Amino acid sequence: MKRIPPAVTQAIAVTCLWAFTLVTLAILLFIIVYILIQGLPGISWEFLTQAPESMGRRGGIFPMIVGTFMVAGLAVLIAAPIGIATAIYLTEYTREGKFTFIVRFGADCLAGIPSIIYGLFGFVFFAIALGMGLSVVSGALTLALMILPTIVRTAEEAIRAVPAAYREASYGLGSTRWQMVTRVVLPLALPGICTGVVLSLGRSISETAAVMLTAGSALRMPHSLSDSTRTLALHFYILSREGLSMDKAYATASVLILLILALNLFAYWLMRQVTRRMG
Amino acid sequence: MRKDKLVAALLQAIALSALAGLMIITVFIFKEGLPLIFRTGLKDFFFSADWEPGKGNFGIMSMIIGSLAVTLGAMLIGGTLGLGMAIVLTQFCPPKLASLIKPTIELLAGIPSVVYGFMGVVTLVPIIRNYLGGPGLSVLAASIVLGIMVLPTVTSISIDALKAVPRSYWEGSVALGATRWQTTHMLMLKAARSGIVAAIILGMGRALGETMAVIMVAGNALEVPGSVLDPVRTLTSNIALEMGYASGEHREALFATGVTLFAVIMIFNTIALSFARRTIRQGRGQ
Repeated sequence: MKRIPPAVTQAIAVTCLWAFTLVTLAILLFIIVYILIQGLPGISWEFLTQAPESMGRRGGIFPMIVGTFMVAGLAVLIAAPIGIATAIYLTEYTREGKFTFIVRFGADCLAGIPSIIYGLFGFVFFAIALGMGLSVVSGALTLALMILPTIVRTAEEAIRAVPAAYREASYGLGSTRWQMVTRVVLPLALPGICTGVVLSLGRSISETAAVMLTAGSALRMPHSLSDSTRTLALHFYILSREGLSMDKAYATASVLILLILALNLFAYWLMRQVTRRMG
Repeated sequence: MRKDKLVAALLQAIALSALAGLMIITVFIFKEGLPLIFRTGLKDFFFSADWEPGKGNFGIMSMIIGSLAVTLGAMLIGGTLGLGMAIVLTQFCPPKLASLIKPTIELLAGIPSVVYGFMGVVTLVPIIRNYLGGPGLSVLAASIVLGIMVLPTVTSISIDALKAVPRSYWEGSVALGATRWQTTHMLMLKAARSGIVAAIILGMGRALGETMAVIMVAGNALEVPGSVLDPVRTLTSNIALEMGYASGEHREALFATGVTLFAVIMIFNTIALSFARRTIRQGRGQ
């Protein structure tokens, strides 16, 4: 067999690999454009601010928007302080050892658990064992556990990226560890930490399976944290799956996609701030 | 100084919350599901395909096969595309362009899984039904949709693994006159092997655990699939489909399905993590 010159194999391989990359980007673009073309015409002020009628066949999605932000917002409010504190401890207060290994192992395992298992757990633990029922707060607590590992990991990376010289300078001026952390490290790491928080908010908004089993699917407006609610993603699922209204389904999906796009752009912008600051 | 010690103790306690969460989850899922597995008997639970909750038959074999089938299919597609992208972005792409493509892949990870499922239903399923036959809702449709969904996981972890290979390896190979592709597949891929294995296994975990998108495109039939064009039900979709109305023993059986899924994913993750750690050690040159 004649040997193929290395330059030719390289050309073939690189062409294939670039084709893979372009196919993936094309799929992403196709999904976003397809949903927006079908759904944007259905978005109006009324759609965003009115309650749904006849199971969502007519009317708007206002209660779902409120419900989504209540569940996802509360989840982030719970998970962010815990996650950031964990990251501070792992980076500033301890050496690499058994303890950090165990904590990281726990976080990594949490990150791998599928959302349906979180849903099952939230259902038996928060909704039944703790008596919270299918409610905003059950959903939020379940999601908080789910996004915790992401927040820990991103916060850790952001804190580690702060150059050691800043810490040494702070100590040199006589500050305690806590002063150094709160006045020097955290302000510098803030954009990076926020990136993780924003991406986690996006993940909470997109989540469906876990929320379905813990927050329920009530169509009415949630008035308190103990009310059941239906998030946008679940509403979209029910609309399309039960064939209630394709137009409303596309419009709801567009709202979701626009939200996720906005959050990702914001996270990207924050990340750019970090790279600029750290040089 | 005393305040500093107090803060340290407090932070340490908070740092344990992730671990505590993991433990409570494990305990509650197993407590709800394990008794039924033993009551049914390991053989009748894992190796029977009779799932008739009304009659007290809880065999999950068809779902285990279903989950394995779509996961394998997803990895063939997502693993190839994802690894390909990671190679392009680290070896052949101008860094400026790569720094634009990477957030785009993260966006792919941000799109809700229901949207993927929906897109599968409106575009992919009709194509499969019209051109390949069968009901369209099938192993194939689920594999393709899942393959796209696991792409970001596979890509980003593979990128980290490839970046962890010391620059001097690459320089040495190129200095010996190897082309960049030879360097990539003979050296970089081998040096980053354990990280790439970790990426693939974690991707498998994602595919295995995905629920909503699979429910929408897999067809959910309670049969062992005979071909890739047959509909299947996975472990995850079984839980999500029936949890809404299940009670008593039926609900326990769904938790038992969850126990199975949980155990398999934990094994996957532990393997993946040990591979990932190996990469880090190699990267540090130890």
